[in-house]
Amino acid sequence: MTKNLRVKSSEYIDETNRISFKFNGKTYHGFKGDTLASALLANDVHLVGRSFKYHRPRGIMTSGSEEPNAIVQVNPGTNRTEPNVRATEVEIYEGLEASSQNCWPSVEFDIGGINNFLSPFFPAGFYYKTFMWPASFWEKYEFFIRHSAGLGKSPTTTDPDIYDHRTVHCDVLVVGAGISGIMAAKNAAKNNFKTLLVEEKNELGGSTIYENNEFNKIDNKAPSEWLKKEIEELKNIKNLEIKTRTSVAAYHQYNYLLARENLTDHLEAKDKTNKIRQRLLKIRAKKVILATGALERPLIFNNNDRPGIMLSSAIKKYSEFYGVACGSKNVFFTNNDSAYESAISLYNKGINVEAIIDIREQSESKIVKKVKEAGIKIYWSHSIVDTTGYKRLNSISIMKLSNDGASVTGSKISISCDCLGVAGGWTPAVHLYTQSGSKLKFDEEKKIFLPNQNTSEQISVGSCGGDFKIDEIIKNLNQKLKDTLNINETDLDSIKVEIDQENSKRNIWLLPSDKPLGKTKPFVDYQNDATAKDIKLALREGFRSIEHVKRYTTTGMGTDQGKLGNMHALGIIADTAGVKMGELGTTTFRPPYTPLTFGTIVGRNVGKFFDIFRKTPMNDWHVENKAEFENVGQWKRAWYYPINGETMHQAVQRESKAARESAGILDASTLGKIDIQGSDASEFLNRVYTNAWSKLAIGKCRYGLMLNEDGMVYDDGVTTRLGENHYIMTTTTGGAANVLGKLEDYLQTEWPELDVYLTSVTDHYATASLCGPNSKKILKKIIPDLDLSDENFPHMSFKESKIGNIQCRIMRISFTGEHSYEINVQASYGKDLWEKCMEAGQEFNITPYGTETMHLLRAEKGFIIVGQDTDGTMTPIDLQMDWIVSKKKYDFIGKRSLYRSDTMREDRKQLVGLLTEDPNEVLEEGAQIVSELNQSPIEMLGHVTSSYFSPNLNKSIALAVVRGGKDMMGKKLFVPMENKNINVTVANPVFYDKKNERLNA
Amino acid sequence: MFLINCPYCGERDQQEFKAGGEAHIERPKQPTELSDDEWAEYLFMRKNIKGVQFERWNHAHGCRKWFNMVRDTSNDEIKAIYKMGEKPPSQ
Ligand SMILES: [Zn+2]
Repeated sequence: MTKNLRVKSSEYIDETNRISFKFNGKTYHGFKGDTLASALLANDVHLVGRSFKYHRPRGIMTSGSEEPNAIVQVNPGTNRTEPNVRATEVEIYEGLEASSQNCWPSVEFDIGGINNFLSPFFPAGFYYKTFMWPASFWEKYEFFIRHSAGLGKSPTTTDPDIYDHRTVHCDVLVVGAGISGIMAAKNAAKNNFKTLLVEEKNELGGSTIYENNEFNKIDNKAPSEWLKKEIEELKNIKNLEIKTRTSVAAYHQYNYLLARENLTDHLEAKDKTNKIRQRLLKIRAKKVILATGALERPLIFNNNDRPGIMLSSAIKKYSEFYGVACGSKNVFFTNNDSAYESAISLYNKGINVEAIIDIREQSESKIVKKVKEAGIKIYWSHSIVDTTGYKRLNSISIMKLSNDGASVTGSKISISCDCLGVAGGWTPAVHLYTQSGSKLKFDEEKKIFLPNQNTSEQISVGSCGGDFKIDEIIKNLNQKLKDTLNINETDLDSIKVEIDQENSKRNIWLLPSDKPLGKTKPFVDYQNDATAKDIKLALREGFRSIEHVKRYTTTGMGTDQGKLGNMHALGIIADTAGVKMGELGTTTFRPPYTPLTFGTIVGRNVGKFFDIFRKTPMNDWHVENKAEFENVGQWKRAWYYPINGETMHQAVQRESKAARESAGILDASTLGKIDIQGSDASEFLNRVYTNAWSKLAIGKCRYGLMLNEDGMVYDDGVTTRLGENHYIMTTTTGGAANVLGKLEDYLQTEWPELDVYLTSVTDHYATASLCGPNSKKILKKIIPDLDLSDENFPHMSFKESKIGNIQCRIMRISFTGEHSYEINVQASYGKDLWEKCMEAGQEFNITPYGTETMHLLRAEKGFIIVGQDTDGTMTPIDLQMDWIVSKKKYDFIGKRSLYRSDTMREDRKQLVGLLTEDPNEVLEEGAQIVSELNQSPIEMLGHVTSSYFSPNLNKSIALAVVRGGKDMMGKKLFVPMENKNINVTVANPVFYDKKNERLNA
Repeated sequence: MFLINCPYCGERDQQEFKAGGEAHIERPKQPTELSDDEWAEYLFMRKNIKGVQFERWNHAHGCRKWFNMVRDTSNDEIKAIYKMGEKPPSQ
């Protein structure tokens, strides 16, 4: 039978709402308002997991997001399962299931626990040192490591939940709703600042809401009573939005913060469906007020990690807030007064407190006196030197501390207990502060890092700013609010605070034991099992930088990022190396503050919304006609149109033959189109293309090659002169946006004197490309009035016309080498145009072809595709396109680079054709080309860039780039493949219709 | 994520912008007069300093205008923003 440790009803726990849940397969009960951690503790369950390296039994240590041990898998085996969830943050609901992680086969019996006994062999850097060699053993190591370690299991099925992103703008963002955050938000909102208050828990008030120290009063009330009234008043304040269950994960520069709002994780499965589970808030705040509080520090002593050893403040919260006693025989171990508050909290509820071990010599505060009056034994100047109990703490041994705190003396006293609260003082939660780029300063007296230099408009208030006592908090908060909000009065002006808190604290980073350090296990990082001796070993081995020590020992590298132990690690390093902590600096706190789900990060951008895609106006026709599609940039382009179960190869061969024998049609709408206007448009084209443009007559088209300033081919396309000062430029499909950007750049920054205006019109027009010997007859049927004679409408010219009432622009240009027309209409008429062409072409067996056939046809003609046959290292000369480079023009983009010694080398890679000895052998694109097979290593001359079986030539053809290839015509080379060497001959890259006779056929 | 004050549109999120490298490098007016070394200096050599740097930025997903920015690369503080063709503010 499990014990019930629910000791007193709490207003935050609804005892009328009993909830059953399962942990490690066993059913337990809790109440609405419990976290998984508080409900387990109420059932006397402390053992919840195993540590990462030694598999030591570990229990719940904290009551918040800093929890290092109680990391569970929620709803294992379901599609909503989530690993690495802190039991202290899971709100229980009916049907919740959770299980321990990092234990195999079970948390009670864990094979990896043997590592604990082998631990002398697992020093810092063990994994780095051991699993390095022999390399062939890695597979065995991996099996072992994966089985016995690992942090939870990822879900294996699709996430059923919806996630969302939202952008939020506010004047003031307040992070954390403890007493400081609430008062800051209230006063900001009252002064007409649009204020957002976010709190990671589901209740407001922080730790003050259950503050029980009877010697502290605000306006003559208990601080908790006073704060409840303030919280009640928030409801009536305008300009204030409050988001609970919302955790700020990242604080970037310029006050840009990311927060995760949890909307359904606390609901039963049936209430989760069709709701947004988590929402990522992208917050841009004019001012940020950090009120993130402080985290209690543990103390570092031998065997300080047993289940039942917890933070003193957590014991207090479980008792006061959840009404749960964490043990029946409690002991506290402290270096300051806060453990006494926890002890009194238990005492007032009738829970047994055996003793308080205090490393200080004394303290005279009222709360300490109260503990004495209660008859609780206090051991001053004592330290814990060891603990016992494997799966649950059952005793501690204490000894007297020497005056310098470096050793222990006298006889050992053993105290039997089942719960130990440790109180090592408080660390301001400055994680978000440092993420923003702001700088910390170490306070040598308080032994804490404090905000020092802000990089944006922000303040840190309350304990995250270094104020721990209520009177200091209120006073400093008031002044900071007035300064940052530029206001004269606040609600805080008239508040009266009485307190009895003593600041006295004795800080010893690593507490001594009667045993030598090597025989003890003082854990610094609980999740990653890094002990104080690992840190000292790292220092002995020569590590000096804190960042290196961190990585070598893995201190602070768990999912909790060492929220509890980082300060101790720094302190131990400083003490050992004999430097000041302030000089040591601190490790970087990286986002996220607590882990985020992938769902939250990607939001709605999943499945078909993962990336946007663009469809042409003819897309529906392609879909109806069973086209296969390929992605080109963001475009969905028809790739080929298989009929009667054709393979891709069969379809492409058929399409290619049809286009040359009679007629083919291609959807060319995706080509980039830039409208260029202005009195300097011709001059502009002269500067951006390699060839000359001034003399291009109106109504004529010209192919242009665009270089980068380094002389390498960047883009190509046909530009048509529509009028005196009006051109339309086409670009490659993938290059459209970049070309426009580049042209704008030159216009705005280098040539602002030019009168030129650029407009992207890619989406404005739909383009059907009609090609083949019968294309003219088909066009004639569609536009009977247009004179298509070679005299009136020659190759490389343009006509404006009408198809019925539809205005169209027709260019007689060709990318296939066939007689062809590109017909452009307003995008909304695209499908109509396409269907008209298909109808008119029916008697000529017009064949729609996709991008694959287009690529094949142009390869037969030796036309390059920028990005396939070029890769940013090819000049026009390398492409054997010298003809397009004007010798007369004084300048154009990239011209000077064509005369650099490197670009003029004769042995650069140059574009050539390749023919295989066996005409049926089709080369692989990307295959390497060599001239000598017997060399070692074989010198690589180049590679195949395009390769097809040409149905029109009935043989394999390829384009390739080959070093010095220009002078290799007819030379035999080899393409070595995995199982064979293919013999090839260098050829002219124009394989088909070398005299261009078909253009006018 | 910077908040960038486009001189034409006002404050916008960084994701609307594209960085365009070092500013105030003018394209030579007479490239053919330059030696290979001089041309290479213009073509390839860019500063990448820790500290105050003059940069080109483009409001790519906004007004498409290019402008200049003075940024301290050590803490990403934007010290000044000014239009193309305007003189950089004195340091
Ligand atoms: Zn703009």
